[in-house]
Amino acid sequence: MAVHPISDADAIKPPKTQTGVVGWMRQNLFNGVFNSILTVVILYILWKTVPPLIRWFFIDAVWTTASEACYAADGACWSVIYNNIRFILFGLYPHDLQWRPLAAIVLLIALLVYSRDRRRWRRSLLWTWLAGLFVMGLLMKGGLFGLENVDSTLWSGLPLTLLLSVFGMVAAYPLGVMLALGRRSRMPAIKSLCVVYIEMIRGVPLISLLFMSSVMFPLFLPEGLTINKILRAQIAIIMFTAAYIAEVVRGGLQAISRGQYEAAESLGLGFPQKMRLVILPQALKIVIPPTVGILVSAFKDTSLVVIIALYDLLKTTQSVLSNPKWMGFSSEAYIFIALIYFICCFSMSDYSRKLERELGAGERR
Amino acid sequence: MKRIGLCVVALALFTLLAAPAMAGETLDAVKAKGFIQVGVNQGLFGFGAADDKGVWRGLDVDTGRAIAAAVFGDATKVKFTPLTAVQRFTALQSGEIDVLCRNATRTLSRETSLGLNFCQTNYYDGQGFLIPKKLGVKSAKELDGATVCVLPGTTTELNAADYFRSSGMQWKPVVIESTPELNKAFFAGRCDSLTSDISQLAGVRAVAPNPADYMILPEVISKEPLSPAVRHGDDQWMDIVDFTVLAMINAEELGITSENVDEMLKSKDPKIQRFLGVNAGNGKALGLDEKFAYNIVKQVGNYGEVFERNVGVDTPLGLERGLNALWTDGGLMYAPPFK
Repeated sequence: MAVHPISDADAIKPPKTQTGVVGWMRQNLFNGVFNSILTVVILYILWKTVPPLIRWFFIDAVWTTASEACYAADGACWSVIYNNIRFILFGLYPHDLQWRPLAAIVLLIALLVYSRDRRRWRRSLLWTWLAGLFVMGLLMKGGLFGLENVDSTLWSGLPLTLLLSVFGMVAAYPLGVMLALGRRSRMPAIKSLCVVYIEMIRGVPLISLLFMSSVMFPLFLPEGLTINKILRAQIAIIMFTAAYIAEVVRGGLQAISRGQYEAAESLGLGFPQKMRLVILPQALKIVIPPTVGILVSAFKDTSLVVIIALYDLLKTTQSVLSNPKWMGFSSEAYIFIALIYFICCFSMSDYSRKLERELGAGERR
Repeated sequence: MKRIGLCVVALALFTLLAAPAMAGETLDAVKAKGFIQVGVNQGLFGFGAADDKGVWRGLDVDTGRAIAAAVFGDATKVKFTPLTAVQRFTALQSGEIDVLCRNATRTLSRETSLGLNFCQTNYYDGQGFLIPKKLGVKSAKELDGATVCVLPGTTTELNAADYFRSSGMQWKPVVIESTPELNKAFFAGRCDSLTSDISQLAGVRAVAPNPADYMILPEVISKEPLSPAVRHGDDQWMDIVDFTVLAMINAEELGITSENVDEMLKSKDPKIQRFLGVNAGNGKALGLDEKFAYNIVKQVGNYGEVFERNVGVDTPLGLERGLNALWTDGGLMYAPPFK
């Protein structure tokens, strides 16, 4: 009688159909009639759409040609980006001086990357930022140290988008926190003022605020006094974002238990200390996810300034597309700026996730 | 008592509102700040659009430069404010800009209730029809029963409806929300014809897969005199803008171009001598330098040059002069005597 010795490892191994690629496919793609049909249908759709898309995107695409070659090509016309990249990014900024906004953007990105690490959040960082902002402003505006003065009405493209959004967020955040505190105040005048402000701003779309600031507001000003168009839009964006942040922060304040307030008071802390040392650090930590949500949408909302003819990133792109030479290639141009917007928004939400992990905001509750 | 108070407030408001209407004020303000703020289109190729170096180009833009040349003798002393259709008149009323050169149609209501003064028209536009040549139609009168691509809710749609009704023809409008989509639908053959302002149709035709396959029908079904505008009440400023455009037209009529203007200074023709300021008078009357017309022609060009440079046959728009030819060539461009 022949003995087939079976080792322990062999005996424990599951059947071949349940391991490896085949097993994974059986378990995840073909475990039942319905799912099998779905898999086949989706595979068919992918097979039909992905190869043509890749062909359009890369293989048949033209990259650095003139517009005539684009009309002949079957694929994407990335030449529209290649030929107009400087106008799309910097818009009306004087052509020979465009290294200045470029340097300002690089400086901004460097500062942002540097301050990603929370261990660097010291008082010196604040001064670094102030110095950085001053240098950026100097680069954009000029007029000092032999830099040629550039009118702020010529600021456009990516620098304008970043200016509107970064300043919009930075200014709106503290304003929003103050509004949230005001809304929870026991003083009726302050409370009702904050409520009216928040509800009024939240009750109208951003577009109408922008229209107010650009079309109606100038009519109320005395003759001869005009306020910079960019500043007007900037204020509208700050007012709008602040109202939304206020409501989010208020949610955070309400989530803090009464005990924390009472404990702070029993230590003899006054209102400012109580808020600064006890309540706000906890409350703001809880509301990181919704706050970032608002900041991301505020960043994207800056593109609405198109309707008041500010040359932000979207408007410079549209302007390129209004040239008959490039009129047909809107998809390519819009894909390109969508990519820029995606990079900005994704790095914001990515950073917020990192911050949440570090602060452990999600764990305790 | 209360009523008197109200009256005082109303009077104060009225004087505040009426304050800008002082003759000569705009010219002084412009001279004091050293440049002219011109409202232009935010992006209409051929009329007002920034090129890939960020330099403004277009017929309206050159009109703005011509005004700077007339006032300062320097066509570069001008700043452009891009404006949307909604913003344009407010920007002018509020004093944000000194003159509006933004392909605005002159109409009665704008001239009166909006408190604007339109100056000499710098482009006569009108609504027309673009068709593929294979349709075999030579006139808009043959478009009975045609499907026509049109933007919704615009005067364009109304004009087309009026035109077809008044000529007793049937039509089927294909209403599409955005201009690029509209163009695509037309090129894909979803409609027999596309209707819009003729200067726009020329741009659409230029981007057609094969422009030679398309033509613009000769009929013009609406009047769109596109003119620069200034605020009510400053007659001197209005005269300056008016005669800047007229000077460009007159220069073309006299055969003066940016190239031969220096030789023309030596001309014996009294009309040319007066026009170019060799014989003084015109400039002083306008409150400008005697050489204002010379500066316009030298630095910007005469009307024909500006037209050909921005929208003419050799540009992507490829527009014929048509109504915008000189009156001597059967067009509407007619300048009064410069004397």
